[in-house]
Amino acid sequence: MTLQSVGRPTRAEFQPQANDGQARPDGRIGQGLLQDEPLIFERGRWDVSGVDFDLEGETFDESDLAGLTRAEAPALPGLSEPETLRHYVRLSQRNHAIDLAIYPLGSCTMKHNPRLGEKMARLAGFADLHPLQPMTTVQGALGVMNELAHWLQTLTGMPAVALSPKAGAHGELCGLLAIRAAHEARGDARTTVLTPTSAHGTNPATAALAGYEVQEIAQTADGRVDLSDLAAKLGPHVAAIMVTNPNTCGLFERDIIEIARLTHAAGAFFYGDGANFNAIVGRVRPADLGVDAMHINLHKTFSTPHGGGGPGSGPVVLSAELAPFAPTPWVVHGAEALELVEHAEGAGAQAFGRMCAFHGQMGMYVRALAYMMSHGADGLRQVAEDAVLNANYIKARLSGVLSAAFPDGPCMHEALFDDTWLEGTGVTTLDFAKAMIDLGFHPMTMYFPLVVHGAMLIEPTETESRREMDRFCDALIDLAAAAKAGDVERFKAAPRHAPLARLDETLAARKPRLTWTA
Amino acid sequence: MRYLPLTAADRTDMLGMIGAASIETLFADVPAAARLEGLIDLPRQASEAAVERRLSALAGRNRAAGAGPFFLGAGAYRHHVPASVDHLIQRSEFLTSYTPYQPEIAQGTLQVLFEFQTQVATLLGLPVANASMYDGSTACAEAVMMAARVTKRRKAVLSGGVHPHYAASTHTLAHAAGVKTQRLVAAIDDEAAVIGAIDAETACVVVQTPNVFGTVTDVSAIAQAAHAAGALLIVVTTEAVSLGLLKSPGDMGADIAVAEGQSIGNALNFGGPYVGLFACREALARQMPGRLCGETLDAEGRRGFVLTLSTREQHIRRDKATSNICTNSGLCALAFSIHMSLLGGEGLRTLARINHARAQATRDALAAVPGVEMLTSRFFNEFAVRLPRPAAPVVEALARRDVLAGVPVSRLDPGAGLDDVLLVCATETTLPGDIDALASALAEELRPT
Repeated sequence: MTLQSVGRPTRAEFQPQANDGQARPDGRIGQGLLQDEPLIFERGRWDVSGVDFDLEGETFDESDLAGLTRAEAPALPGLSEPETLRHYVRLSQRNHAIDLAIYPLGSCTMKHNPRLGEKMARLAGFADLHPLQPMTTVQGALGVMNELAHWLQTLTGMPAVALSPKAGAHGELCGLLAIRAAHEARGDARTTVLTPTSAHGTNPATAALAGYEVQEIAQTADGRVDLSDLAAKLGPHVAAIMVTNPNTCGLFERDIIEIARLTHAAGAFFYGDGANFNAIVGRVRPADLGVDAMHINLHKTFSTPHGGGGPGSGPVVLSAELAPFAPTPWVVHGAEALELVEHAEGAGAQAFGRMCAFHGQMGMYVRALAYMMSHGADGLRQVAEDAVLNANYIKARLSGVLSAAFPDGPCMHEALFDDTWLEGTGVTTLDFAKAMIDLGFHPMTMYFPLVVHGAMLIEPTETESRREMDRFCDALIDLAAAAKAGDVERFKAAPRHAPLARLDETLAARKPRLTWTA
Repeated sequence: MRYLPLTAADRTDMLGMIGAASIETLFADVPAAARLEGLIDLPRQASEAAVERRLSALAGRNRAAGAGPFFLGAGAYRHHVPASVDHLIQRSEFLTSYTPYQPEIAQGTLQVLFEFQTQVATLLGLPVANASMYDGSTACAEAVMMAARVTKRRKAVLSGGVHPHYAASTHTLAHAAGVKTQRLVAAIDDEAAVIGAIDAETACVVVQTPNVFGTVTDVSAIAQAAHAAGALLIVVTTEAVSLGLLKSPGDMGADIAVAEGQSIGNALNFGGPYVGLFACREALARQMPGRLCGETLDAEGRRGFVLTLSTREQHIRRDKATSNICTNSGLCALAFSIHMSLLGGEGLRTLARINHARAQATRDALAAVPGVEMLTSRFFNEFAVRLPRPAAPVVEALARRDVLAGVPVSRLDPGAGLDDVLLVCATETTLPGDIDALASALAEELRPT
């Protein structure tokens, strides 16, 4: 078994047997309510379609496209509507979901998704609206953008916002490109971005994508940015620092104002990664911390559903200094109505460009606005308080059993543990996580942040009840006792009660099969 | 507050159990200067009914595309989406799940992604596809960055038929990374100019078909010219339904094909969320951006699926990753995949043929309007016409007659000098009465007074 530096096993410990993938080795075709379900390519038929068309009176003449058309229809099977429903409902039952139980992925903010947002986003006036309709016909949509911008600016204390970035990492890119443009406008091209060692992987990846060198800032023993290391690394070559606050250890950067001061003194900008804004919304405004730019994951703090990996939305709030460089488009109050500025032109135009086609994730704007309006200023403040209270409750309940990475002082919205407590048991963080699945729980974030060995990062969010957290903590306490009692087999064989046993990631990467072939 | 389960008694008990005097204790690390004591100046919490009233009022101030004759395309297309698609994507297990980091309890999402990748690869005619990008425009920008990595060259040639928003998004990203983009002059058809612009410095050529003016191009000759110069060919498609009728990018020699998948399974949504499709040749797979789902076996030898080749990605490779993308468009990819499963290849082809036929009928009706000049001869479901005067005011005037006539080129590309050009699109949702309404309203508007 090989290990990454943070202790994550990268090789499976078993030798899988070849199998046709159709039936289980013991011949079952289902288990309880769980039906086995092949790929559509194995069950669909090439001459079936689940869509009927109005073909009466339709004549086809494709002679104008001679030489440009396919010889045959694409080689994809079709399913009737009943078969389609079965296929996807059967597949859905193999997924964990926030609607089923706590989803304690640290750094991911998996909270309840109100269905009001789904209903509102599907109103014909929002869903059935083309992005390039005349502006007189989309005043309500521009109103949503305008109002969302107002809420985001007010909650962060920042004077401007670029709504269009499509996810958190896209927002990071937007922020760094605004920073790059601001430096270039001063004739002060800079080369380097600093990120703490505990940063999300997207931070260094974004900085590199934006054309910067990346340098890491060391962390102190109590899980914060090392000020002296920061001061030593700042200089005229540094364009920006990217700092998540609360950070990925779940801790508030106590010296944040000094961090901002040092950064600004060096002529650099402070990019705030807003992934963890949920912990402070309504209680702390990033502008008051000295932030120059920060993305806000609407799919985290403002509860638009994560959808199995997206879509997200990552608006970026900007300081007055960076605002002129915001990308197109943006909404302005015209003489008689709201208008969308889609092209920055003329003398003095400084917009750095465009992040994507059209105007960003309108469907997410509506959901996020519904969520904000529902909570209001008072509810959002309570969100932060309950998120932090829940995380500290879990930290308190589990600290005697697992090893808290930073035991002293409160955590913010997530509780971080390391694998010190597993030493000598033969059980790894991965084993422990997989054994949680057998108890009906989704594991916490594992092996992140990288600064803690065998990390287990638990973020309950404010939408867990005390009862659900107690169920979760009781289960983890029992499981930890089993690990310490030497029941290694239970952990190595886990999960045994999931739809599948542990999957071989090494095999998948060694001989990639990325599409189905007959 | 209806979304918060903790009661006041819970909070008090829990603080006691933690050993904190008050909630303030838990925020002790926040500098005093940054702690807000009172409430932020925003409205207070509101009932579901109140929020619904407010947002419904805003929605009511928009003219829904389906409320009358409608002819807009240019990168976003109005198609009928079967009811079962929207029902299925609202299953809790799809809607409220995360990126499948624990594959044993995420096989639903993972199998969908594997099926999605196979559908996308088949439609684009290339062996490998990823698990989605944000949208077509960002997929295009990432493809250019990928081509620069693969060829170790720093210049991209963009056809003048590439959607101006795609060109701008690509330029924005490439510029920061030091990759030069050469965008050719906007033209209905610029095959020869594209071939002429390829040189030994060229990392890639980006060609859109059908292009923003609707022109369908066989890009084989461009592929040959690009490959002869050691450059890659990136083919962009903004209307995925066209793939049911037209030759696939891969069949015409594309090395990377990107597309906007919104047309299949996804509503217009005023521009987002959409879903980017991304496929490439097998040899380039390890340079792809984004998530990839792969087949593997579980400990008992059963087939299963996992996210794979993640050493390309930001959470492992950090500043050496192929992209910074993390969250993508999972649920929109699911909608695409369900709609595609319902259609099947034959159904998609029939749908595409209907689209083409409705566009031909629209063309015929507009060709009869005095003063309208047809510009696009080989089109799928949209085409460009020249009007006797600037198109934007005409579109505004027709909107007042409740006819949404199309997209003026000046809206997308004010500097192109094509202010009198209008892009008109028809789909299977366009009915004969809509076409008549457009033709007669346009004729009246253009009639000399």
